[in-house]
Amino acid sequence: MGAASLIVLILAAIAFSAGAILIAKVVTKATKNKQKAEPYESGIPTRGPSWVQFNVGYYLFALLFLIFDVELIFLYPWAVAAKKVGLLALVEIIIFFFILFMGFLYAHKKGALKWK
Amino acid sequence: MEITQILFWFLSVLAVFGALMMVTSKNPVYSVLWLIVVFFAISGHYILLNAQFLAIVNIIVYAGAIMVLFLFVIMLMNLNAETEPQKNKWLKIAGVVAGCSLMLVFVAALRQSDELLKAPVSMGGETGLIKTLGKTLFTDYVLPFEISSVLFLSAMVGAVVIGKKGD
Amino acid sequence: MWSLSNIAANIDQWLNANMSPTWALIVEMVIAGVAVIGLFAALGLVLVIMERKVSAWIQIRLGPNRVGPKGMLQSLADTLKLLVKEGMTPGGADKLLFNVAPFVAMIVAMLLLAPIAFAKDFQLWDLNIGVLYISAVSSISVISILMAGWASNNKYSLLGAMRSGAQIVSYELSAGLAVLAIVVLTGSLRISDIIQAQENGWWLFKGHIPVIIAFIIFIIAVTAETNRAPFDLAEAESELTAGFHTEYSGMKFALFFLAEYVNVFIVCAIGATLFLGGWMPFHIGNWHAFNGVMDWIPSSVWFFGKTFFLIFVIMWFRWTFPRLRIDQLLNLEWKYLLPISMFNLLLVTLIAIMGWHF
Repeated sequence: MGAASLIVLILAAIAFSAGAILIAKVVTKATKNKQKAEPYESGIPTRGPSWVQFNVGYYLFALLFLIFDVELIFLYPWAVAAKKVGLLALVEIIIFFFILFMGFLYAHKKGALKWK
Repeated sequence: MEITQILFWFLSVLAVFGALMMVTSKNPVYSVLWLIVVFFAISGHYILLNAQFLAIVNIIVYAGAIMVLFLFVIMLMNLNAETEPQKNKWLKIAGVVAGCSLMLVFVAALRQSDELLKAPVSMGGETGLIKTLGKTLFTDYVLPFEISSVLFLSAMVGAVVIGKKGD
Repeated sequence: MWSLSNIAANIDQWLNANMSPTWALIVEMVIAGVAVIGLFAALGLVLVIMERKVSAWIQIRLGPNRVGPKGMLQSLADTLKLLVKEGMTPGGADKLLFNVAPFVAMIVAMLLLAPIAFAKDFQLWDLNIGVLYISAVSSISVISILMAGWASNNKYSLLGAMRSGAQIVSYELSAGLAVLAIVVLTGSLRISDIIQAQENGWWLFKGHIPVIIAFIIFIIAVTAETNRAPFDLAEAESELTAGFHTEYSGMKFALFFLAEYVNVFIVCAIGATLFLGGWMPFHIGNWHAFNGVMDWIPSSVWFFGKTFFLIFVIMWFRWTFPRLRIDQLLNLEWKYLLPISMFNLLLVTLIAIMGWHF
């Protein structure tokens, strides 16, 4: 059906979710009280704000992921062309991976891939 | 109006609206989410131009990777509306001047677009396709490709150095 | 012959004969929309009962057996129960994002259906970069999780969301590299080309050991990407209650739950398409008689059979492996899977270029 299917799928997803939530809203009876609206923390009252600061490790992994993701993007056109370009493509990608692998080894050596 | 034209206008309005909302949102998480909307609208434009590969790359790299990084950073630093530092007045003025200069450059560049439209560059429908891209990239432009891996290497070293600074 | 593509072609013909082309297109779009919604609902019902029955079978117990014959209507009853539950929003939550997040999760799950070939010539959009499209759209699912976790204003939710974010993005890399192995062998990103290339045998059998390694890495990576056990530490019940959807209830929770199961179906469908030939029947080289018998089974049966087999394998994992800790999880990806899959890709490339595969 072509690109039009994207519009169909998005509309279908919205219709499905909205329909389900609306039906649920009609058939349920909502009650309000103060305790109910509190955040769930295993029964005890919440201490401090819920938006707390996080371990910096997440940031480092996200940054490394970004670099590898961009590298992966380069590999898609390469993978399509690899068979036609022949052995040259293999040599090219070995050099590419080798340089990247140095960075990987550096990160490993510095302990960046270790979770703390 | 044709369906592609309707889509073009819809996506354009969405992109501009998303960009405005991104700038004016008080909460940084909202800003990031509006930026994602902008990227999607731009990817839609790429699809209309039959450059599917570019559209997908835009989504993977910007909406998928960079925005996740941004969200991580914002959630990590706990940058919520109340904690956002108030900017200096001079900084605001400098921002306005810089923005206006950029706007001027864009307007100057777009003034010629009427003439460009009269003589559309014919590149065939194949240019944006991944097969063509792969072949050119890995035969004619091998050296820049290999050098880009050095760029990745330096980015990785930089990331490790910054991330490990604290300890 | 009776097949899904014939039915689609007949409907298309009939509509074009009786209506103007614009209306025919609109009616077709409506039919497609209703069909995918039906598929979603059916998948949700089937996969939930399948999960419960498989886990019961592995743990030597009966599982749900009261509602309907052999308990087969249990998930329908569960859906009804969820429908009458109040879908509340916590007081401190960010109301807008809290309510938008389930929609985003559903839209992402739905968009992933576009390039999947359910049967011979039965595909919504056979775009020329189908594989890339799937990895792009699935990378968006992180955003819905981060959105839900952040908007809930709950420590469990935020911690769960950050964990699944780190996990999904990490395992995306090795899943991508495993997929690239097949792209190198086929030389195309189009789903139909990849399936056609497996006419004389599936890649899992044709590509020697490197493709088997790629398949194993793919299965591990998608198990992690769909946040399923043993990688379900994002919603580890014993420590984080329910992870990013702790605060969700009623239908909004059901939507996340459904999106999760549909994502499992989709990644298994991709795995079946790339490594097990999608709808392509089991063929052995030039054995025409054998191939003819295999062709007699409808292509949709092949596709769903392979997909559900992979789903079964992923459900099996859940009751076989203990849950990983987050440092073990990231170690597994960054120290083992990523280097192995990079090296493996080089081996596959060598095989593809030298033409050593069958």
